[in-house]
Amino acid sequence: MPAEFDSAPKLAEYAHPERLVTTDWLAANLGRPGLVVVESDEDVLLYETGHIPGSVKVDWHTELNDPVVRDYLDGERFAALLGSKGIARDSTVVIYGDKNNWWAAYALWVFTLFGHEDVRLLDGGRDLWIAEGRELTTDATRPTPVEYPIVERSDSDIRAFKEDVLAHLGDPLIDVRSPEEYSGERTTAPAYPEEGALRAGHIPTAASVPWARAAAGDGTFKSRAELDAIYRGEVGLEDGDDIIAYCRIGERSSHTWFVLTHLLGFENVRNYDGSWTEWGSAVRVPIATGTERGEAPRRG
Amino acid sequence: MSSQPLPQRLAETRDDFRALGVPDRLQLLLEFSNELPALPAHYAEHPDLLERVVECQSPVFIFVEVRDGAAHLYATAPAESPTTRGFASILVQGIDGLTPDEVLSIPDDYPQTLGLGEAVSPLRVRGMTGMLARVKRQLRAQLPG
Repeated sequence: MPAEFDSAPKLAEYAHPERLVTTDWLAANLGRPGLVVVESDEDVLLYETGHIPGSVKVDWHTELNDPVVRDYLDGERFAALLGSKGIARDSTVVIYGDKNNWWAAYALWVFTLFGHEDVRLLDGGRDLWIAEGRELTTDATRPTPVEYPIVERSDSDIRAFKEDVLAHLGDPLIDVRSPEEYSGERTTAPAYPEEGALRAGHIPTAASVPWARAAAGDGTFKSRAELDAIYRGEVGLEDGDDIIAYCRIGERSSHTWFVLTHLLGFENVRNYDGSWTEWGSAVRVPIATGTERGEAPRRG
Repeated sequence: MSSQPLPQRLAETRDDFRALGVPDRLQLLLEFSNELPALPAHYAEHPDLLERVVECQSPVFIFVEVRDGAAHLYATAPAESPTTRGFASILVQGIDGLTPDEVLSIPDDYPQTLGLGEAVSPLRVRGMTGMLARVKRQLRAQLPG
């Protein structure tokens, strides 16, 4: 049985308000049966320095990825992971994290690959919770393990592979990396380590909308009107569009995928998680440099 | 400067980590993180003396200094980056008081020997490798000849 939705007026403006909760809602619902709060951060130790009472940690690097193949974990391991965290198939999961919910959105996207139905983000994430002076604890959470069914991952609806992107050229693409990565001045985000792409630039025709433009100063998502102005106004996205978002390894574009799908209501949005670390090293794929979107190559 | 034994403190740190199970290695890294000393006043007032380690995901700045033949490493990273602070702290504690030759002889892959790959992921451990490389480069630049 899912927890009640948050009826805060700001959330009601979004296409799917049931995908977000406010800090007020979470504070009032902590400890509610059927609700599991998950922290997912860039820094693997941040949770240990203090977390929302009762929350469990899911680490994107060590827990959501296959340790050998560049892929996400399979249905069996996902079931074991969630069961060990006390998450049942019908649990309401609220995910929060650092850096404007960057990694939290990534975890939510992976949960969605497995069709976990009721998964939400905490608007404002970890930073807002702390800024509001709300409670943190270093007490270890010891969840009671539960049975989570083995559900095979479904990659077709919200995940795009390189071949999908090649076939998609000409339809809307959103590059959510920094302007420097888009233009080809560098292959990694400013101040981030090199992670190996042999070429720099962007996928031709992709519009540049750095992911963090969707976040307000306090880490919450911008209002519906502000987001519409960016993605519908500036970029020109229209209802019914088939959209693919990408970044460097698919984490920042999960955030944009969340915005387009759940806040703005686009129904066909996929995240290309191979992203620039694959495209920028692939042989004979088209690349554009500079600040212009570039032309789609003619299809032969 | 080759084939010297690993300096004692670094060897102890490695053995401590490897003696633990994976979850406890994270706890030990957190302890190191909490132990990272604050910068001495003369560096706190001159952040320009510190060098940014771009291999790390989080902003971390380091500076190595040689006084009376002994190396001293200073580092600062934000509280929101405990993993990076932990890496820096391991090196600060392990390097303090060593001779420059001893520091230069630390194997470049020392961070990979701590058994942290499973606990924090090999990609994240690379940040510590970057720190060690920068410490050595700064030291070489300070040595005569």
